[in-house]
Amino acid sequence: MESLENLKNNALGQISQAADIKALDDIKVAVLGKKGSLTEQMKGLAALSLEEKKQKGQELNQIKVAIEAAFEDKREALASAEMNAKLAAETIDVTLPIRDEVQGRIHPVSKIYEEVAAIFGEMGFEIADGPDIEDQFHNFNALNTPANHPARQMQDTFYITNPESANFDDSFVVRTQTSAVQIRTMEKKQPPIRIIAPGRTYRSDYDATHTPMFHQVEGLVVDKKTTFANLKGCLYDFVKAFFELDDIPVRYRPSYFPFTEPSAEMDIGCKKSKTELKIGAGNDWLEILGCGMVHPNVLKACNIDPDEYQGFAFGLGLDRLAMLKYGIPDLRTFFESDVRWLKHYGFLPLDLSSMTGGLSGQGGSAR
Amino acid sequence: MKFTLSWLKEHLDTSASVDEISETLTKIGLEVEEVINPLADMEGFCTARIEEVSDHPDSDHLHILKVNDGKEILQIVCGAPNVKKGMMGILAHVGAYIPLFNDKIKVGKVRGVESFGMMCAEDEIGVGSDHEGIIELPATAEIGLSLAQVYAADPVFDINITPNRAECLGVRGVARDLAAAGLGKLKPLEIKKIAGKFVSPIKVKVEDKKSCPTYVGRYIKGVNNKAKTPDWMKKRLEAIGLRSISPLVDITNYINYDMARPLHVFDADKLKGNICVRMAKDGEGFESLEEKVYNLDNQSLGICDDEGIQCLGGIMGGIAKGCSADTTNVFLESALFNPVCIARTGRKFQIDSDSRYRYERWVDPCSNISGAEYATKMILDICGGEASELEIAGDENYTPVKTFIRPQRVKDFIGIEVAPSKIVEILERLGFKVETQEDKIWATSPTWRGDIEGEHDLVEEVVRMIGLDNIPAASMEKGYFPKQTLTASQRRTVTVKHELAARGLLETVTWSFTDGKLAKYFRRSDKAIEICNPITEELGEMRPSLLVNLLIGVKNNIARGYGNINLFECGPEFFGCHPGEQKMIAAGVRCGQTSKKHWLKENRNMDVFDAKADALAAIAAANGPFDSAKISLDAPAYYHPGRSGALRLGANVIAYFGELHPIVLKKFGIKQRVVAFEVMLDNIPLPRNSGDKAKKKLELSAFQPVDKDMAFIVDASVKADDILAVARNADKRYITDVRIFDVYEGENMEKGKKSVALTLTFQPWETSFTDKDIETLMSKVEQAEKSKCNAILRDA
Repeated sequence: MESLENLKNNALGQISQAADIKALDDIKVAVLGKKGSLTEQMKGLAALSLEEKKQKGQELNQIKVAIEAAFEDKREALASAEMNAKLAAETIDVTLPIRDEVQGRIHPVSKIYEEVAAIFGEMGFEIADGPDIEDQFHNFNALNTPANHPARQMQDTFYITNPESANFDDSFVVRTQTSAVQIRTMEKKQPPIRIIAPGRTYRSDYDATHTPMFHQVEGLVVDKKTTFANLKGCLYDFVKAFFELDDIPVRYRPSYFPFTEPSAEMDIGCKKSKTELKIGAGNDWLEILGCGMVHPNVLKACNIDPDEYQGFAFGLGLDRLAMLKYGIPDLRTFFESDVRWLKHYGFLPLDLSSMTGGLSGQGGSAR
Repeated sequence: MKFTLSWLKEHLDTSASVDEISETLTKIGLEVEEVINPLADMEGFCTARIEEVSDHPDSDHLHILKVNDGKEILQIVCGAPNVKKGMMGILAHVGAYIPLFNDKIKVGKVRGVESFGMMCAEDEIGVGSDHEGIIELPATAEIGLSLAQVYAADPVFDINITPNRAECLGVRGVARDLAAAGLGKLKPLEIKKIAGKFVSPIKVKVEDKKSCPTYVGRYIKGVNNKAKTPDWMKKRLEAIGLRSISPLVDITNYINYDMARPLHVFDADKLKGNICVRMAKDGEGFESLEEKVYNLDNQSLGICDDEGIQCLGGIMGGIAKGCSADTTNVFLESALFNPVCIARTGRKFQIDSDSRYRYERWVDPCSNISGAEYATKMILDICGGEASELEIAGDENYTPVKTFIRPQRVKDFIGIEVAPSKIVEILERLGFKVETQEDKIWATSPTWRGDIEGEHDLVEEVVRMIGLDNIPAASMEKGYFPKQTLTASQRRTVTVKHELAARGLLETVTWSFTDGKLAKYFRRSDKAIEICNPITEELGEMRPSLLVNLLIGVKNNIARGYGNINLFECGPEFFGCHPGEQKMIAAGVRCGQTSKKHWLKENRNMDVFDAKADALAAIAAANGPFDSAKISLDAPAYYHPGRSGALRLGANVIAYFGELHPIVLKKFGIKQRVVAFEVMLDNIPLPRNSGDKAKKKLELSAFQPVDKDMAFIVDASVKADDILAVARNADKRYITDVRIFDVYEGENMEKGKKSVALTLTFQPWETSFTDKDIETLMSKVEQAEKSKCNAILRDA
């Protein structure tokens, strides 16, 4: 019989030489199997005296533990090498481009709608709607603009052919301003009222800054105590929040709208150069909206007593806000469905505007 | 409205700078569009010295000059008689634009001698009218100065006048407003009565006093219309863009802009008989001085002689009886017309004029006589002649509006207190007559203000004058916790937009109107909603479907070389003029392939199932009851008849989807296949606002579900949707999912039949299924399919 020392060294030598897991398993059978060399030694213990048995048993056991550990280490090393070889064979070029994913975008007008709603929502406004095709009463008369009023010529109105009458009549127009929603709101609801009404508006005009359809937001506040000072505060808070500036110079110029008095136009400060327009402090002014205290005749037209109630109204262009904030140069391009434009100026679908999470949209990089 | 600084100073005594004036105008509501310094824009001119003068070898009057502009010495050929060595003048370089010639200076050769510029005369650069010789500046003048540095130009103000401020359509009105704002003193204006030397041979009769309450006429004989319009008047008129025509025309134009007082002058020798102010007869002809012929109606006011209408009252004179250079006797008209009448006629016949512009806003009803006197004086001064007595029809008895303003109301309205004495001062400066009575300040409007109706108007005057910028800003009070800003249906639209964008569609916004020639294939009734006065015919109909403009977008993108298109829009479609006759739609189109050529080769054509998926996703985002929607095969005719469908909730269609009809696409010039969907958001019921937002309790099973496949042979016409529904309903508790994993028609299949293979998911709830349980369920499905779909189970 070989010495225990030899047996151990042989076994460890073979283990370390094993080329693969199968060879290793064969070695394991040869050493630790039923007829394995170590197993044979174990069997031989029975013939020994108690004293010898104890001593040799201990020796054998130590050898067995060492060999088993060597088996496990070798097995792991071999498995890992095998896995490495397998993975190496699976290599692919990960610099290959990904699958094309069609990327949708939200139109700047929708984005601005959501931004404006978030800001005015914070100030307690709700959103009101009205129809695009309006009658004379809601679009003009109730807004203190009777027939032949010169203000009716300030805006070139589109008239709708009345399908119910054979001759031309001017009963129906596509609304020239979202102010018509003021009237529809006050007809339905008693003060206090705080609404904004964003929507499509229409005027017969077509150049780089005018399109026959554009978007306005109308604002209306009616209660017992809202003053011109509140009008200024509300709009200042709005432009500051919208343009995300800590301060922004504003000025108000007296103006004229039939449905407000006093009326004003609001300018914000900016810096103009040949290539750029920067909103904020600067030497130039930019007209941004029209506003004023609701004209008593408008309240009367809605059966609201102007001696008891007062308030303000304003109107601003959504598309124009989008152009200013996001640097879009030509209004006409908003409505051309050019996929290159929509991808470039559009916003990521999950980029939601809120006062808690922030307003401004990111375009993300185009894929 | 334009005027020059010197013109303003005719009425306003002020030392304010152009910038101060400009700023104040804007502050008080007379918004300055632009201040133009005519000389500042003239480039290529500078002061220069004539260093040498020699005679031109081939001419007896031309000289050859050497001119020093501070940078170089230029050779210039000049014909002016007054040139001399050492003289300082104005040099126009090559390229400089000369207004008088309407041309630029070029390098020239005058009788063989080259010339590199021009020495200017006053009239050539518009700084004077002298043309006798070139400009001679003081010898001490610096070389190289620009025109603006040499001449004090008369800057031109261009201001916006809102419709309520008609009196500021005259320079005097502007001056008064500036004076009221503290920018100087309004100069007194004295209009002297001119005693008539004779009685007017032409009488005036007004038939329609409502349309013409006052008509003042005057005969002036022996005028010379060949006289020269004075330089100051001509320059002012030209500065504001009016051409000088003849002294008589220039005077009326001048007074129109000076005093906001329209006038008219007839050639009295051409008038036959007396003047009669009356309504036109229907169809009565009139030829304007712009030589356009109008057939008037019986609401148009005519100024007539015995031969018919010679002037469209307050709007435009006629060609027949107007003044010419040879005119010697004139009849002057200074009248008042009803604004509504003027506006109606002007708009109906589309005649714009400075006169109409003023009359339809407001003309001082007490300025007819003074206007006539003012004009007479100018005519006599410039053209000579002799004036008759005034011929007056009607009167100037106008009662000005008297209303009050309460200081307390001012405070309640604008948020700050304004002292009663301040209010009084402001109103008085603006020309109101004011008396205080307890808490009210009564104000009688000046006759030139037609916009004052009540207290709100007076508040506006006060606010204008104290300055809007002097009112503090106060944030909105948040008296209550804000409610949800968007209504349920607005919010739903927003969610749908984001869902569709997340599905890879680009949101677009297109016109509400579209091309009727294309829209007609999409109308949902036989009535088109048309615009009477569209910008172009292509934008003449309110869209009956969003697809029309989306397809125009598809066509344009294809034309630009972009063939893979995914577009959607949320917006209204129209089917009537009344509220409720427009519907909010989410619609989209897809065309081309899922991607460009790609190394994974997974790209495929867009098909009807892409559109169907979009429609279903939009409905789901809108919280639509997905499960109860039924698919019917009756999409509108603009869809492919065999590849389209409608989703219905009861009788209401909530969506259409499908491939579009190739013949319709051809009308757009699109050859590719296009798939589309339209979701009628308004037809999807809104969630009940019960306040109970709790979801249905989640029921989970402790036992694994089992998937089993079954294949059926059915008639090819049987709808997959029905096969699915039958399987699902075979056992609603234990069958939790049914999917189609294969559809086969063709070889080895009887003609007119197809095989549909299903995967069914059986979900045990109480205990695991035995083989027998599963067999029972499968047999239930088999029986149901057999009886409802006439389906035969294929052997496994």
